Amino acid sequence: MTAKTVLNEAHRAQGARMVDFGGWDMPINYGSQIEEHHAVRQDAGMFDVSHMTVVDLHGERVRDFLRRLLANSVDKLTEHGKALYTCMLNERGGVIDDLIVYYLGEHFFRIVVNAATREKDLAWVERQAQAFEVEVRVRDDFAMIAVQGPHAREKMIGLLAEVDRERIEAMGKFHAAAAQALHGVPLFVARTGYTGEDGFEVMVPEEHAVELWQALLDAGVRPAGLGARDTLRLEAGMNLYGQDMDEDVSPWEASLGWTVAMDEGRDFIGRGALEAQKEQGVKRRMIGLVLDEKGVLRHGQTVLTEAGEGEILSGSFSPTLGKAIAFARVPSGELGDVRVAIRNRELPVRVVKYPFVRDGKPREGI
Amino acid sequence: MSEIPGDLKFMKSHEWARLEDDGLVRVGISDHAQNQLGDLVYVELPDIGSRVGPDNGCAVVESVKAASDVYSPVNGEVVAVNDALDDSPESINEDAFGEGWIFVVRPDDKAELDELLDPEAYAQLIEDEDH
Repeated sequence: MTAKTVLNEAHRAQGARMVDFGGWDMPINYGSQIEEHHAVRQDAGMFDVSHMTVVDLHGERVRDFLRRLLANSVDKLTEHGKALYTCMLNERGGVIDDLIVYYLGEHFFRIVVNAATREKDLAWVERQAQAFEVEVRVRDDFAMIAVQGPHAREKMIGLLAEVDRERIEAMGKFHAAAAQALHGVPLFVARTGYTGEDGFEVMVPEEHAVELWQALLDAGVRPAGLGARDTLRLEAGMNLYGQDMDEDVSPWEASLGWTVAMDEGRDFIGRGALEAQKEQGVKRRMIGLVLDEKGVLRHGQTVLTEAGEGEILSGSFSPTLGKAIAFARVPSGELGDVRVAIRNRELPVRVVKYPFVRDGKPREGI
Repeated sequence: MSEIPGDLKFMKSHEWARLEDDGLVRVGISDHAQNQLGDLVYVELPDIGSRVGPDNGCAVVESVKAASDVYSPVNGEVVAVNDALDDSPESINEDAFGEGWIFVVRPDDKAELDELLDPEAYAQLIEDEDH
């Protein structure tokens, strides 16, 4: 059974090519994914991300619960509406999912997890929540639209009730707040995203999602599909769950060490395994690659290095750079000259620091 | 979906073939195929003079999304390739049956064309695929 978001008809009406994504019937593009990509880098685009799972966590001990559940420390969250990116690990230190957690009150946090991992995430969260008497409430009543690009914020702010505009305009990155749309529709507006551009992710009651989508269209925001979303996040150096990390990969091996908080005395799930791994030396690491020759780096291709073989995780043509880029997992150690096997040929690639693209432009040296 | 020109023949794997006045066969991929692949970013062309046929891939079209082999609908020798695709692979997206041609073959036996799908049969094939 394929699930449909409330915007499904709107996508089809705009001529979207639909694909199955983690059990959801979602738009891959509305014609040209490269044009959609450029629209987000240069102006403003929007994505239906209603398939993602929003979960509200309520309870007196919800902070203690999240200190245990998440590898990043919710103790960093003290300001109302502040967001944090984190992994949720298993006991082996493997990544169950990556997610964003919002602080909405001492007894109320909100998390947003991936669509493809919904069932296992909910089962895990609910199981761990019991000991803390935390209520886990799935918010399927929300649709979500990500409005992204250098002009995304101004276009979205124009659709807000006048009384809210100044406050949302002034809201910092990785913050969220409640606001009202023009006709009093209650929204949850977060200054977050998955493209490397500024913008908002907007939660809207399902029954008002089509009207918000239409208003954004009228404001000149271009619909963009999962295809553009994938190339945008890859250029921006952001991991994709299931491709760049999974339950057998630790944050150390997925360039997510920066999201792990080893704060004194906090016993989060997976901490012991992460410490042991660090002590024994992490055997694999994730790197960025650029292919200057013609061809496209793709998931599953073999990477040849002096330290041994690795493989391409996320790989694609980068519309901003005009050449292929990728994340790869390779053995730790000196890599020497790195090559990638593409259809019986071995092509030289450059190892680079990512993000590949920042502020809409290729980073220096890439 | 653009009209399928009546003078074309098709493989089930979505290549088209056009017999030209000089007896050569021009080959490309269908408009339906380019639409499935999405934005093309790279085309690997066959070598001029190489032997090609329906059993072995001789060219590769790569979109942002996927790489796909291209087969020659008839056995023969490659006599021309569309070098313009090196700089503008998107020609295939824009004009699959025209500017977006990929290579030209001198066929061993023109009669092989008769074994291919005619436009009506091909239209039926892609309609069935969509359902």
